[in-house]
Amino acid sequence: MRGEIPPLLSRVADSVYWMARYIERAENVARFIGVNLNLQIDLPLAPSQQWQPLIDTSGDAETFKERFGLATQVKVIEWLAYDTENLSSIASCLRLARENARSVRETISSEMWTQVNTMYLQIQTQRSLPEPERMLDAFREIRMGCHLFEGVTDATMSHNEAWHFMRLGRMLERADKTSRILDVKYFMLLPSLRDVGTPYDDIHWSAVLKSVSGFEMYRKKYGRITPSDVVDFLVMDSEFPRAVRFCIKSASESLQSVTGTPIGAFRYRSEQLMGQLRAELDFTSVDTVIRSGLHEYLDRLQLKMNAIDNSLRDDFAVRSAPAMSQTQTSASGTMTQVQGSGPGSKA
Amino acid sequence: MRVTGYDTGGFYDEMFDAESMPRPEAQLLLDTIRALGDGQLERCQQAAERILVQLGITFNVYGDSAGTERPFPFDLVPRIVTAKEWDWIERGLKQRIHALNQFINDIYHDQKIIKDGVIPEEIVRSAAFYRPQCVGINPPKGVWCHITGTDLVRHSDGQIYVLEDNLRVPSGVSYMLENRDLMKRTFPQVFEGLRVRPVFEYPSLLLETLEAIAPRGVTTKPVVVLLTPGMYNSAYFEHSYLAQKMGIPLVEGRDLVVEDKSVWMRTTKGLRRVHVIYRRIDDDFLDPETFRADSLLGVPGLVEAYRAGRVSLANAPGNGVADDKVMYAYVPDMIRYYEGQEPIIPNVPTFLCWRDQDRQHVLQNLETLVVKAANEAGGYGMLVGPHSTAAERDAFAAKITAQPRNYIAQPTLGLSRVPTLAGDQLEGRHVDLRPYILYGDEIRVVPGGLTRVALRKGSLVVNSSQGGGSKDTWVLEAEDRV
Repeated sequence: MRGEIPPLLSRVADSVYWMARYIERAENVARFIGVNLNLQIDLPLAPSQQWQPLIDTSGDAETFKERFGLATQVKVIEWLAYDTENLSSIASCLRLARENARSVRETISSEMWTQVNTMYLQIQTQRSLPEPERMLDAFREIRMGCHLFEGVTDATMSHNEAWHFMRLGRMLERADKTSRILDVKYFMLLPSLRDVGTPYDDIHWSAVLKSVSGFEMYRKKYGRITPSDVVDFLVMDSEFPRAVRFCIKSASESLQSVTGTPIGAFRYRSEQLMGQLRAELDFTSVDTVIRSGLHEYLDRLQLKMNAIDNSLRDDFAVRSAPAMSQTQTSASGTMTQVQGSGPGSKA
Repeated sequence: MRVTGYDTGGFYDEMFDAESMPRPEAQLLLDTIRALGDGQLERCQQAAERILVQLGITFNVYGDSAGTERPFPFDLVPRIVTAKEWDWIERGLKQRIHALNQFINDIYHDQKIIKDGVIPEEIVRSAAFYRPQCVGINPPKGVWCHITGTDLVRHSDGQIYVLEDNLRVPSGVSYMLENRDLMKRTFPQVFEGLRVRPVFEYPSLLLETLEAIAPRGVTTKPVVVLLTPGMYNSAYFEHSYLAQKMGIPLVEGRDLVVEDKSVWMRTTKGLRRVHVIYRRIDDDFLDPETFRADSLLGVPGLVEAYRAGRVSLANAPGNGVADDKVMYAYVPDMIRYYEGQEPIIPNVPTFLCWRDQDRQHVLQNLETLVVKAANEAGGYGMLVGPHSTAAERDAFAAKITAQPRNYIAQPTLGLSRVPTLAGDQLEGRHVDLRPYILYGDEIRVVPGGLTRVALRKGSLVVNSSQGGGSKDTWVLEAEDRV
């Protein structure tokens, strides 16, 4: 006696989507920190130039300034990696990912749960800055832990509706983060345009590529490093897995799997927005982007991705009624944090 | 590891006889433990604890604002039950559950047992978990107690007694399953040469039980869900564990909605019909329209849908009428009345304080008795006479006089003990045993159960909320089946 498998609960879809986003977010913060640590060795700058941009991307520049003042390496890493009051810190992201995973333990595989839990416990015991000689390794391990989660997910969980919701979350988050790192580095590099063609310029752009693990793949495709090629690679590439276009292509495939709508058509608002964005990335050249202003372009891109996130919520009732229960008062507010700061929180 | 000078302390020990000689069924296990190097058992124990944390097998500690999770302490030395004894336990439990189910069905229908003068009506009506809203309901197949976790204890006399029936929302079965996995992972050598009956089929049997009670008229595979109060509930791990092992959705009240007297769940593709709900929420919180109006955990209209036969609930609401500790005292009479048999597993002798004669006896012997509130669980609302102060006894005497219906008393039992790792040596600790009984098309008992152990030296309280832990329970295969 085999019946139809019911579709995913809306609440579960929401939780797996956010679980994936938070893990991807944690990974990206670890990337930002890691690449800056590297860059600092090659090209030491004043803290305002070296570490402040990381705070600027996080969208919490005001809070940070009030609490810590000058953006020194130690303060910035504490804030971005371990501070529990920063809802986008690695520690917070992993806690939120785990809370979400815990609420859908029956949906994901045991291996996935164990991996999230292990990462959470690790950062819980770490809690503060590692020794200098352990620093790079510590953030590499977090990155690898997140990769392991992605691999375990692909290898142990059926590529079913829940899996597609996870991929949607992961890919939208990744596209958002790639666009942000590009935006901030480009902005930061503008004053040094006089350095174009110098080794310094190379170091900077290499750092941008390395922060998304794209340096080697870029080299194979373009050879010499030029700003417009880097933009082309990180935004328009259809094969590199952290390029915006690749991410949106994957996200749109997953959305299609969820809805069952044939390619080239739409039934939901989210499908329409996703399709439009995908087409735009498919048919735009990098010259147009740079001519119209990279910063403005990336800004619009992020707004479009936020709109997709919002429409997903409406289309699949992805956010259900607020959680209320007698027992939850004992962990007051936790539920709102589980579904905490969204990608909509424009940085 | 040296196991010499082990002291049974005058209690029945599950591993050693009164002369401190190993019981035959424990000999092999004991040899294995003796062959271990110094500190090896402790290292296995520590490994087990690490695994529990890593797997997140924890319960939530109430009253802790940080939402603290702790692993339920686990002791590596298993409790062994012989094939012969298990056979007797299984027959006894089946008999008891069958009678209890008949009793509940009778109470909500003809009340023959009251009319025939076996049980006084006022005792039934005053039972805290009697639900007049359930009168006349006909659950599928007439089953009211689908999942039961009966607590058994062995007294110093060597006899096993039923201590509590736990018919409402029994928990702990996930620990029975996880403890076995943990044993295999950390201490595999102890299984050598022994035939321990597996427990892993429990989730399949549970799913079968739940599918068997689908509403009448459902011809396709029924949609079964597990309803949890949410992830801040102390038993949340078990809820998600069972849902995962059965492959069914884990839902919260807010995921469900009642329309047209049917229950639906909110999915990404709209509403989908639900047929069977394994609910892990107490009656009171199930449906604000029928029970407690202030409950935010449940589903408005759920009981109406249930009454209309459009959805099945396990366990059936109202079955707690038989969970009252006063009603417990009548279970042997129920077995005689409905089954026409003598009870196989005896009750602990119980004094009912609403009877004048019993109350006099209880009040005069408080220092030797255990007094329990009729409707409390988890080791709360209890006076352990021999461990009590005069002031505590006075307080209980006042409560008993004021509300005799609410109190029962039993002789203090010398719960049997099992060797347990304490520091670097083994010491006896008191245990009970909770087997799990499933009732769908038929009554089935998984060979095993949750052995709870009072880890504090001398303590008789095995509840996890009060310093209890658990052990793996080994039911041995019968010799002729090896």
